Formats: sequence, structure tokens, C-alpha cells
Amino acid sequence: MKQANKITGAEIVIKALIEQGVDTVFGYPGGAILPIYDELFQQKKIKHILVRHEQAATHAAEGYARSTGKIGVVFVTSGPGATNSVTGLTDALMDSVPIVVISGQVPTFMIGNDAFQEADTVGITRPCTKHNWLVKDTEKLAATIHKAFEVAGGGRPGPVLVDVPKDVQFASGHYTKKKDVDTTFIKKEPAIDLNMLDEVIDRLELAERPIVYSGGGVINSGQSAVHSLRNLVAGTNFPITSTLLGLGSYPASGKNWLGMLGMHGTYEANMSMHGCDFMLCVGARFDDRITGRIDAFSPDSYKVHIDIDPSSVNKNITVDAPLIGDVSNVLNSLNKRWKERGSKVNQKKLSAWWQSINDWKKVKSLSYESSSNVIKPQYAIERLEELTKPYNRFVSTEVGQHQMWAAQFMGFEEPNRWMTSGGLGTMGYGFPASIGIQIAHPKSLVINVAGEASWLMNMQELGTAVQYRLPVKQFILNNERLGMVRQWQELLHGERYSHSWSDALPDFVKLAEAYGIKGIRCESPDKLDDSIREMIEYPGPVIFDCLVEKHENCFPMIPSGKAHNEMILGEQTEENSISDDGAVLV
Amino acid sequence: MSLNLKKGVSKQSAYNLRDPNLDYEAAHTLSIIVDNESGVLARVIGLFSGRGYNIDSLTVAEVDPNGHKSRITIVTTGTPKVVNQIKAQLNRMVPVHEVIDLTLKGKAVQRELAIFKVVGNGNHRVESLRLADVFRAKVVDSTLKSFTFELTGTSEKIDAFAELMVPLGLKEIARTGIVALLRGDNSN
Ligand SMILES: Cc1ncc(C[n+]2csc(CCOP(=O)(O)OP(=O)(O)O)c2C)c(N)n1
Ligand SMILES: [Mg+2]
Repeated sequence: MKQANKITGAEIVIKALIEQGVDTVFGYPGGAILPIYDELFQQKKIKHILVRHEQAATHAAEGYARSTGKIGVVFVTSGPGATNSVTGLTDALMDSVPIVVISGQVPTFMIGNDAFQEADTVGITRPCTKHNWLVKDTEKLAATIHKAFEVAGGGRPGPVLVDVPKDVQFASGHYTKKKDVDTTFIKKEPAIDLNMLDEVIDRLELAERPIVYSGGGVINSGQSAVHSLRNLVAGTNFPITSTLLGLGSYPASGKNWLGMLGMHGTYEANMSMHGCDFMLCVGARFDDRITGRIDAFSPDSYKVHIDIDPSSVNKNITVDAPLIGDVSNVLNSLNKRWKERGSKVNQKKLSAWWQSINDWKKVKSLSYESSSNVIKPQYAIERLEELTKPYNRFVSTEVGQHQMWAAQFMGFEEPNRWMTSGGLGTMGYGFPASIGIQIAHPKSLVINVAGEASWLMNMQELGTAVQYRLPVKQFILNNERLGMVRQWQELLHGERYSHSWSDALPDFVKLAEAYGIKGIRCESPDKLDDSIREMIEYPGPVIFDCLVEKHENCFPMIPSGKAHNEMILGEQTEENSISDDGAVLV
Repeated sequence: MSLNLKKGVSKQSAYNLRDPNLDYEAAHTLSIIVDNESGVLARVIGLFSGRGYNIDSLTVAEVDPNGHKSRITIVTTGTPKVVNQIKAQLNRMVPVHEVIDLTLKGKAVQRELAIFKVVGNGNHRVESLRLADVFRAKVVDSTLKSFTFELTGTSEKIDAFAELMVPLGLKEIARTGIVALLRGDNSN
């Protein structure tokens, strides 16, 4: 019963997505979203990827979003479909990843009656979205979807959810174009505080022991932010470190790069953070994995915090100079003003500072004891890095020791190449994320560096990889342990290894074969290179079962509640190379 | 380099990361202008409970029917750092238009309405009526054995009246929570 200019709610959803430039949706159908799937079936512009679990749809959308800078889109049905999306929404909220989830809902007249597959989806997802909407009127559907994209991608990005009851999908209504949507709800970015900017430059010019500490916000802000960051570092010759999520904003091969900071960061990065007198935090949020013990965090520094989200400022660490705004805008202004003022730095003191940093580097905090009969996990990652670096490469990870080793031993030259679950630490993120990345970059080499335990959490996605012929490489560091848990138990719980085994593991090679893809097992260091090459060259999905040393710990490590200079180093590091003077300096 | 963490020994909880140098706490009255849409109150309250902030008092009602805006008045207690966090977090929410910290902005009129049911006879009854007069509480209902009073004022005034009514037969009390506006001729 179509009336003039009216289309069904389901058609409106598809039309709005197309207008938003969406080309891919990750999802899983069910009763309450069938009308939308019916529309999907009758069009060609949007490609739908059928995952095997809704959590995987959300992580795949995250992988898609983070590797492209676009917004990831997900369809789920009501009830269990919606509740399965909660982990991905929370993950995206913590890591500021823009995704739009569209969920089916029972018809409006049944809401509240404990109808079949009814869940209070907006209630459940309220705390794990930037915003969510229950659309009860087809006339408001198009505008709500456009708003949802605006909110997901605007400001500090994040996840949103639009819950659409089935009767609203069936009913007819008018389509509202994106340009006709009232956007007064968008919060305006405040103008840059120019006095503050000048004060910051005063400090920057005089800084004796400066450090730049960059985060995921630089990557979210986009290419121009990355460019400005690199210019600033090149111009000032300041050392730079980055959070787990910020890797790639400054090239790992860059001469000012100190490696990642934080709980498993390098000695030089953490000691520089501790000892600096000028800290420029760019698009990061002083998370507890970064700061260690709050009251001992970088005690003598003047702290500048560039962030688009005012609620990130002074949340954990009180800073001296907040500069609120989009990283790219603020850094551009900072660079420009600094140049206008003569591009000054405190050259003499800066050289002395680099001297201390170079001494810290001599500690070689990432060293490990090598072995010729068992594959050390660090060695496996080093070889993977070496052999895959020349490729157009994207890397995702699961969560655990393998994730930290990947962060330590892989180098990223560009942003959007490294996708990992930082804030939430979601085991099971990496495999579906690799699927989302491969969909967005069909020709690239996409590798998920996994732990065997994490990987099992979303292993059902083998079906998705096979169905869409996605040549994702699952590089599993198999220590037959929940390695990171085991490490904490060893160090903090009296070596009582409570339930941290991966028992009853599948034969990963046979598992691969069961899906008609390639499985490779490698257990000796001298076969590793050839096996990795075989993985790279195989034109389809691969499960690489890399049997590694089972009891390796990930160092360096700042135990929770400890300060940066109370780091535990591995046994192979060269502790004696820190002079007493160096120790006194920090 | 002292690695004074012994293998297998846990000296402290792994999670005691809170700043021990907590500042002093103070009450703040926040006036929050929001879109009057379904779920908005749940969002605001969920923020407070989810992040562990206090709510000492909360009122909400639509104040601009044409613009569909409601005013939520929340009294919260926290250190300056926490109160700043609360305001920043509130400002992040899509349906929140404005957050005004009336405690910092200057003097505000703060009022609460309460209804008291006082049951008694003889002297108690006479005394309750006399005190109600002193407090300018209105009698809004009565039976031969009871009075129901309505009183508007600051929360302190309502506390004081309630205390006096206890020995006189206070049976029930209902309070609205605080509503507040800035004094003077400028709107917030
Ligand atoms: C969903 C989820 N459950 C539990 C944890 C806690 N956790 C963190 S790391 C880890 C072990 C991961 O084991 P594996 O994937 O094999 O990686 P490894 O540390 O051995 O490299 C666990 C259980 C988590 N991060 N996420
Ligand atoms: Mg493992």
C-alpha cells in the first residue's frame, strides 16, 4: 500500500545507508530484522557479509572502520542478536571506533510484553554506546539514521545503535535526506585557547627533557594530524613514544621513536616519561596501563594534553595545559605558532637528554634468551615482522602476551595498519577484525597475531573467511596457556596456576582442513621462515599453528600499582649499562 | 634498578590505582537542560551510577514544552576534580544541551517542597498547628486526628520542621528534592 513519496521503513534504512556512502554491512538476520534483509536482497549497492556470530559482526565492523577511517555498519536481529553485539559496542566505545549497529526489535505494540526475542536493547546498550535510539515512527527513521552516523563519526568517534521495531520497518514514511536533517544537536568544538597555546610554546622552547606521548586520537583525527605530528617531531627533534592504539602515527623506523610506553612498553619510553620535564600528550588519555602508579607518574613534568574530549582531561592525571580540540587543528596551530616564534628549542639541554635516552636504550629492554630447539614467541614475531614487512600489510591481534609481543616487535610505518583491542582487552577481537580489514582491503596481506585461547573465542568465523574467500592469515602463537594470566599468576599469585591452561586444544591443521583451507604447524625455529613464507604465499585463508615456548613471560613489565621506574626487566637485559648518574637523573 | 617485587609475592592489590591525595569534597547543585525524550533521565542517572558519582537530590520536569526541553536539577557531592568530570561527562551526552554549576556560578535560589502527615491529639495537635504557622506551612488536609502540611523552603528549613514534628506525631513525609535557579536578571 504505497502512497506518493512514501516508502517502507526497511527501504528507508537501505536508502539512508546508501546515502551515507556505506558499501559493506556485517550482520546476521533474524525475525525482527527480516524486512530490512528483504530490501538488502533487492539491491546491489551494499554488500552484506554474513558472520557466524553477532559479536564477530561488531569486531569485523571495527576492523573495517579502523583500517579505512570510515564508519563500520552492523545488522543484528532483536533479543539475542542485539545482546551478542554488546561486547563489540563496548570495545568500540573504549577504543573510540565509529560503528553503527542497526538492530531489529519486536513490533512497537508488543514492546514491554516479554515478546519472543524481545530485549530492552536501548536499555542494555545505553552505557556502551555514545548514543542510541529506539525509532517508533517510520517518519523519523531516515533522520535518525543520518544522526546516528553524525554521532558515530563526529567528535571523539564511537559506537551508536538504532533499534528499529518490525512494524516500523513495514510501515511507510517519507525519506529525509542527509542535508535536511537538523544538526543543531552536534556539539561545537571550542576555539583553540590561544593564550594557552602561547604558554605551551613558552614551555616547549625551554624544555630540557621533552617527550611527545601520542595515542589513538592522532589516528582518529586523520592523515593531517599524523602529518602535523611528524612535522612537529622532525622540527623539534623531540623524542616520541606512543600508546598501544597510537602505533603507526609516527613511523617505527623514525629516528625519534622510543617504542611503545606503558605496562609492557620499552625501558627508554617509560624512563623518558618518568624523567621528562615537558610532556606533550597528543590524543591519548592517561589510561592506567600507561601511567602505572598515579602518584608517581612523571613527577616533574609540565603536562600538555591535546584532546577532542574535555572529559579525558584531568580524569586520571591533572595536567597543566589542556588544549581542547581536534588533534589536527590543535597541532596545526601549535606548529604554525611555534614557527612564527622562530622554531626555537633548548638545543643544548636537548642533546644531553638524548644522551640519557640513548643510555637507556642500551639496556635493550626487549632482549630475550634465544633458543635453537624451541620457538621463542618473540622470535616468531620478529621473523613474521621481517618477512611480512615488505608487503602491503595490515595486522590485527587478539589479547594477551602475543598482543604485547606484536606491539613490541612489529613496526608500523603508517596509521590504520594496526588493529588491536586496547581499552577493553577483548579476547576474540582479532579474527573477526581481520575479516573486516580484509573486506576493506581485498588485495592486502592481513594477519591476525593470535593466542590460541583468544582465537578459539571467535573461531566460528572460519566459515565467514571461507565463504567470502578472504585470505586472512591466522598466526597463532600457541603456548597452550592463557599466557598473560599465567604470567600474572607466576608473578603475583604465588605460582598457583589456577585454570590458565588451554586444555583439549583442537588440531589446528585438521581444523583448517575441515574448512577446506590451509593449516600449517611449525615447531622448530629453523623451519619457521619457510613456514611463514608458505603462509604468505598461499592464496587463501591460513591457520598457522606456531608452537612456542610455553612459559615465556612478557617483559618489560610495570606491575600494576607500580611506577614507571619500577619496571621489571627480563633476564637478558643489560641492566649494568644504566650508569648511576642515569639512575639519579630520573 | 631495584626490582623489589619478589617472585610469587603479592604486596598490594594489583588495582589500587586511585589517587590517595584526594581533595576536599563539597556539594554542587547542577542544572542540566536536556531534550525531553524517552530514556534521557535513565541516561543521566546511569552515568552517575555507572561512574560511581553521588546523587544527593534529583528533580526533573519539562520546562519548555515547545522546545521539548526538561530541566534536571541534581545535587551531587565530590572533590573539584570529580565535579569537573561529572560536568564534562554530562556535556558529552547527545541530549544534554547545557550544564550549569549553580554552586560555582554565584548565588542560586534553591527550594524544596514537602508534605507532612502528623497524627495526634490534644496538646500535640495544637502545638503542631502553632509550629506550622511559624514555618508558614499550609494545612492542605485534616481529619479530627491529623493534619497534612505543605511546606516550601530550603532543604534545611524542611529538615528543621520535620525534626520538630517527630515528637508531635509525624507519620509520613514526601519531599520533591531540590529545584534551583540562579539569582539575578540573567538567565543561565
Ligand atoms: C573475553 C576475555 N576474557 C578474559 C580475558 C582475560 N585474559 C586476558 S589475556 C588472557 C589469556 C589469553 O590467552 P591467549 O589468547 O592464549 O594469549 P597468550 O597470553 O597466551 O599469548 C585472558 C584470559 C580477556 N582479556 N578477555
Ligand atoms: Mg596462549
